[in-house]
Amino acid sequence: MSILIDKNTKVLVQGVTGHEGLFHTEQMLAYGTNVVAGVRPGKGGEWVLNGKVPVFDTVKMAVEATGANTGVIFVPARAAPDAIYEEAEGGLSLIIAITEMIPVQDMMCVCRYLDEKGVRLIGPNCPGALTPGESKVGIIPGNIALPGNIGVVSRSGTLTYEVLYALKQAGKGVSTCVGIGGDPVVGSTFVDILELFEADPHTDRVVLIGEIGGTDEERAAEFISSKMTKPVVAFIAGQTAPPGKRMGHAGAIVEGGSGLAADKVKALEAAGVRVARHPEEIVALIDD
Amino acid sequence: MKLHEYQSKQIFAKYGIPIPKGRVAATADEAKQIAEELGGRTVIKAQVLVGGRGKAGGIRLAKNPKEAEDLATQILAMEIKGLPVRKVLVDEAANISKEIYLGITNDRAYKRPVMIASAAGGVDIEEVARTSPEMIARIYIDPLLGLRDFQARDIAASIDLPHEYWRTFAEIARGLWQTFVETDATLAEINPLVITNDNRLLALDGKMTLDDNALYRHPDLADMRDIDIEAPAEVEARKYGLSYISLEGEIGCMVNGAGLAMATMDVIKLNGGEPANFLDIGGGAGAEKVAAALRIILSDPKVKAVLFNIFGGITRCDEVARGILAALADVKPKIPMVVRLVGTNAEEGMRLLSDAHMITAQTLLDAAEKAVKAARGVYA
Repeated sequence: MSILIDKNTKVLVQGVTGHEGLFHTEQMLAYGTNVVAGVRPGKGGEWVLNGKVPVFDTVKMAVEATGANTGVIFVPARAAPDAIYEEAEGGLSLIIAITEMIPVQDMMCVCRYLDEKGVRLIGPNCPGALTPGESKVGIIPGNIALPGNIGVVSRSGTLTYEVLYALKQAGKGVSTCVGIGGDPVVGSTFVDILELFEADPHTDRVVLIGEIGGTDEERAAEFISSKMTKPVVAFIAGQTAPPGKRMGHAGAIVEGGSGLAADKVKALEAAGVRVARHPEEIVALIDD
Repeated sequence: MKLHEYQSKQIFAKYGIPIPKGRVAATADEAKQIAEELGGRTVIKAQVLVGGRGKAGGIRLAKNPKEAEDLATQILAMEIKGLPVRKVLVDEAANISKEIYLGITNDRAYKRPVMIASAAGGVDIEEVARTSPEMIARIYIDPLLGLRDFQARDIAASIDLPHEYWRTFAEIARGLWQTFVETDATLAEINPLVITNDNRLLALDGKMTLDDNALYRHPDLADMRDIDIEAPAEVEARKYGLSYISLEGEIGCMVNGAGLAMATMDVIKLNGGEPANFLDIGGGAGAEKVAAALRIILSDPKVKAVLFNIFGGITRCDEVARGILAALADVKPKIPMVVRLVGTNAEEGMRLLSDAHMITAQTLLDAAEKAVKAARGVYA
């Protein structure tokens, strides 16, 4: 039915007592997500949301008591890298970091460490994942998607909602929607998620929503042309964005590609992907 | 955040990287004085945050202090790619026998910092990378280990650096790595790193870009920000935590989320219009922030229509509507406005706006079409 999360996913929320964390924990519970624990150092032993979620001082204690296997992170940027390390050390196999504005050097260390541990990270600076009708981990509004067979993967937040909403208006359902986050360095890339969709028997088509910057879309195009059998439809945001005022040469030397939307569209089309001119056009293209 | 050459080189020097003697000057008089102190020939270099300074005539060689003064007068009166030159760096001139490139940046795909070097340093390094990629050496640095000495030697060997320079080169490479890590840079670049006629290595020019998200750890570096490169409206926007970039078109946009903001601009263009700005109010924006955003959009005289595209998730559409109403009461604009609210509390938001004489839209395509028509006076 899905990738990454389903109705059996046992979710631990870090930063459960904060403003954002509490609000979205309530939303996740209302959607039916199996939120089993919250963590907030110094508040262990308390309960939040009318006794629905127990709070622990550490991830380790929470995992021992509840068997949580997936962590979601709402703590502020300064504390977020530590929260991710703690979840990885605590034995969680999937970590979804919603937090934005984490310094990129912190994230490179985090990714290096998680790769060695074999722990999967989604984000940071992402809306999380949603398997309609089963579970949502993160902040994607649950009511804008129907269950179905379309996999959605995106670097954006609200633009993803826009696409989910358009699919729902047309009566089309989604297997899982994954927001991988818009930061320069993120845990899971397009290719990582496309691999999962390709292997998932309940996903038969994929929507990819990219944006300008980096070369992740180009890598996705390579993967699609060489490894994917399922049809992919894409939209790339930022086709009209002006090129940034660049300085220094290292970025251009390293990435080779321009990061421009036109180049990404070209790479995807060459891989047989149909690229929509505007987000709502995805709905028409996904069926053909 | 970008740093000027003189700022970058001051930081390099702190980490043991040799730089030419010199100082920054804001007037021709100061430039002359510095040239007198240095003695001999000097280089007068415009301090602006764009590339191509040399080709624009912003870097000149002065034979004596009088010439330094004259050249500084000229350069300080220049604009380079639209940026005014406020300061010049006066450096002692070096006798160059060879130019090397040495830089560190992040490789997003590998998720690691990468050190790049080339024996063909200088202004055409990107051309070299395109046409002769074998001339570029790269070493990926494990962020948990840092740059190791053997890696610095690997780099020296792969650019055919003569053995007598290896020790100094390794110190410079280590210094650059330390600079990169300890300032949370996303770019630290020495171009060129020169070998002088008297066999010294010298960082003749330097560029750095710092990670804005890490500036909280570096208040001293944050103070170095040059707001000249930003339009006043962009500076104002940052105060409110808004992400705003001024553009050339006639349709002002207010959107939540960067991806959706870019997509909204794309759809405006698809309908034959031009966006006047990129504006992302971020997640969970309250009424006050929305009001500030609208005032900033309306301060642009080019704007002939405004398009609001809000997809409520964390952001509540009724909060956005309240912000719009507050700003309208304050600014009283005479231009048409198109609004599309979807998601969390959208009905309540639309109800609040029902008396505000705004054009409403259901889909993004519909909203963009209406905004383009509105900017052309169709609804006037």
